[in-house]
Amino acid sequence: MPTPKDALKDDSQLRQKTMIADHFTRLSRAPDTGEKCVYTYVPGNLTELLRAFGTLPVLPEINALQSGMRGKSRDFIALAEKTGHSEDVCAYVKSDIGMQAAGNVGPTGERLPKPDLLLLSYTGCFTFLKWFELLREQYQCPTVMLHVPYQGEGAITASMRKYVVDQIKEKLIPALEQVTGRAYDEDLLKEHLARSAKAEDDLVAVLESAKHVPSPIDSWFGGVYYIGPIFTAFRGTQDAVEYYRMLRAEVEERVRLGKGPVTPDGDLERERYRVVVEGPPPWTHFRELWKMFADEGAVVVASTYTKVGGVYDFGFRHDPSRPLETLADYCMGCYTNLNLPTRVDMIARYVREYSADGFLINSVKSCKSFSAGQLMILREVEKRTGRPGGFIESDLVDPRYFSAANVKNRLESYFQMIEQKRTGVGVA
Amino acid sequence: MSALTDLLDRAERVYRDWRFTTVKEWKARTGGLAVGYMPVWVPREVLHAQGVLPVGVMGAGDDLEIIRGDAYYQSYICHIPRSTIELALNGSLDCLDGMLFPATCDVIRNLSGIWKLTFADKLVRYYDTPQDFDPARGGAFVRKDLEELSEDLARRGARPLTAAALRRSVEAYNENRRLVRGLYDLRRDAPWKVPTYELYVLLRAGMVLPVEESSAMLASYRAAVEADTSRRPMDQARVVLSGSFCEQPPLGLLKTLERSGCYIVDDDLAQVHRWIRSDVPLEGDPLDALVAASLHDAIPHPTRWSEGEKKGEDLVERVRRSRAGGVLFAAPSFCDPALLDQPMAVAAIERAGIPWTAFKYAENGGQFQVIREQAGTFADSIKLWSAA
Ligand code: SF4
Ligand code: SF4
Repeated sequence: MPTPKDALKDDSQLRQKTMIADHFTRLSRAPDTGEKCVYTYVPGNLTELLRAFGTLPVLPEINALQSGMRGKSRDFIALAEKTGHSEDVCAYVKSDIGMQAAGNVGPTGERLPKPDLLLLSYTGCFTFLKWFELLREQYQCPTVMLHVPYQGEGAITASMRKYVVDQIKEKLIPALEQVTGRAYDEDLLKEHLARSAKAEDDLVAVLESAKHVPSPIDSWFGGVYYIGPIFTAFRGTQDAVEYYRMLRAEVEERVRLGKGPVTPDGDLERERYRVVVEGPPPWTHFRELWKMFADEGAVVVASTYTKVGGVYDFGFRHDPSRPLETLADYCMGCYTNLNLPTRVDMIARYVREYSADGFLINSVKSCKSFSAGQLMILREVEKRTGRPGGFIESDLVDPRYFSAANVKNRLESYFQMIEQKRTGVGVA
Repeated sequence: MSALTDLLDRAERVYRDWRFTTVKEWKARTGGLAVGYMPVWVPREVLHAQGVLPVGVMGAGDDLEIIRGDAYYQSYICHIPRSTIELALNGSLDCLDGMLFPATCDVIRNLSGIWKLTFADKLVRYYDTPQDFDPARGGAFVRKDLEELSEDLARRGARPLTAAALRRSVEAYNENRRLVRGLYDLRRDAPWKVPTYELYVLLRAGMVLPVEESSAMLASYRAAVEADTSRRPMDQARVVLSGSFCEQPPLGLLKTLERSGCYIVDDDLAQVHRWIRSDVPLEGDPLDALVAASLHDAIPHPTRWSEGEKKGEDLVERVRRSRAGGVLFAAPSFCDPALLDQPMAVAAIERAGIPWTAFKYAENGGQFQVIREQAGTFADSIKLWSAA
């Protein structure tokens, strides 16, 4: 996850930084230490299982977003396009392909190991299939397809759960046994899952702190830091448990002191607008956009992006008493695996429960999984909540699609609209 | 007009009729339900066995001005979902009692949600085709999905699904697929007899008409072109058209490619007719047979996981089988599955020393001059290459 420069300097952030640095160092040394590396995706990641086998997860989306934040994605994308990738497709894939072509040096400046296994956790995004096919071509390594059924009907059925569990049991576990030479140890998996649940409790407390007025956190710009460990390589680790305990204490302290969220320029003095955000951030212009919000006194009180790696705030927790079933439910419950009506319900609920003035969609060109249907979401949520919806467009890691002037204009008019709604003055 | 011209005329009228007049007529005549489906992976047999008319909805091509559909989609999303929603909003799809959205991509998947939100009274199902091909896993999962679909249809007044009826439907679609395969073979062997734009309108009409009528149409067409001695070979380059499996190119584009000097000898168009490669066995439980076909007899595809296969090898094989001189990659703009597949397919094609060229299109695109020149130059280079 991103490493803030001067924005978030709490102890928890320093801890996260150390965790990430250690992980990448371990990854870079894996070819010598013999530790096995499994590439997988954030939605539907089975970190507890991977860790129970002693493998190290590598999340290509995280590497791509880091490339975006470090200003490297433009060149990586250009490199991928030069080798035949279309301008039209998901830029995460191109950034990753470009990064690998340029030597596979990760966000910390250390070289990333080759995958020993590609775990294609096929959750909520069709592009994942293509991405790992491309990597399989390159690395010629074993690849496991874990097909996670979509919640098309808005619920998880017994048949869907069984399908995922059977795949984990009969395909994935044997593949991990093969790669690591270790036998599956369910008790060890349970220990990891129990730690996951603890961290998830604390994460939910952090996210829900934004129900306070003023909110002590920003759930999008700040939120992406908070989800870092649990969405990536650390869910189920003791490090994650301690990180979230620490983070929760810090946030509770902010509430006690009546503090607003941290912004690129320090603590926000006055919360003027509370908004819910749907969609991922534009990583290439993350701080710039954050500053635009902060300058307006706008705080994101809830976001859907912080649910792509797991939706915990409606009660789901990893449950060690049913280890494989809980992993299946986790995968199927990730945000982009939810159908549009469920997404609309969720956003409308956030708007109400977080006392938001409105909601804003950041539509990214790369990600059809998010963006196809967002204009419908916009209308539906407006209809249901009676609060104004705003719409901006950008991209995750392709800087060609971020127009600062345009975004700023739209944001200003949007906040003006909220203002007018508040004061009852009609928009001309 | 000759019988052949009449037939093609009718097929083109059905294909272009975005008001779905024939579906309305069928419903008035039979009192049955009609259910729409999007590309690609639809088990039409199940619908047919319950007396339901499966209706392919492939967007609106270049025949309809998009007025409201654009308000649903950003500029960086392909065209087919916006013309499909336009059809629904202008009332053209009122004759459909439901829609099926097979697992083709995120856009179609999310369109199923738009449908659920907008047409709450209709049957709307996302059909999650399996990516795990073990009968006890993917097979059991997809069988359950089909059973649920059939129960949903029955709740809306369709006949309950029986093994006997399903067997008859499998037979009807086997026959239809055989005729389609036969025409593909004939086009491969004698492309001057079966121009692609003719074959294409027949396939599109076959997605709207009852399968029995489509089969009759295909058989008549075959008889007519085989008897037509005026169709003579020309000096054209044989090409495979790859990547057009979902949003379809406008008919004008297909004609342009052929006029620019290409014989299309294999393609990905209207794939619902060909995603099952051979006859589905009629012995045993027909639903099991259909499920087994979807696991083990489905075509390799950009949207389908391929266990251990080298990507693109199937395309190389298709080029060889059809004795094509090259590949025209033609993908809809902003189509992730087609466009992300392309570099892998290109690598395989290049490894095999096969020439290729690529372009993008939109279903409503009207300017073909650039593509005409590109395809013409490509055809010339293939001819030169093969003459050398
Ligand atoms: S399409 Fe969206 S979810 Fe899929 S890889 Fe790209 S950014 Fe991620
Ligand atoms: S054209 Fe491609 S991206 Fe568009 S709906 Fe079809 S498969 Fe999806």
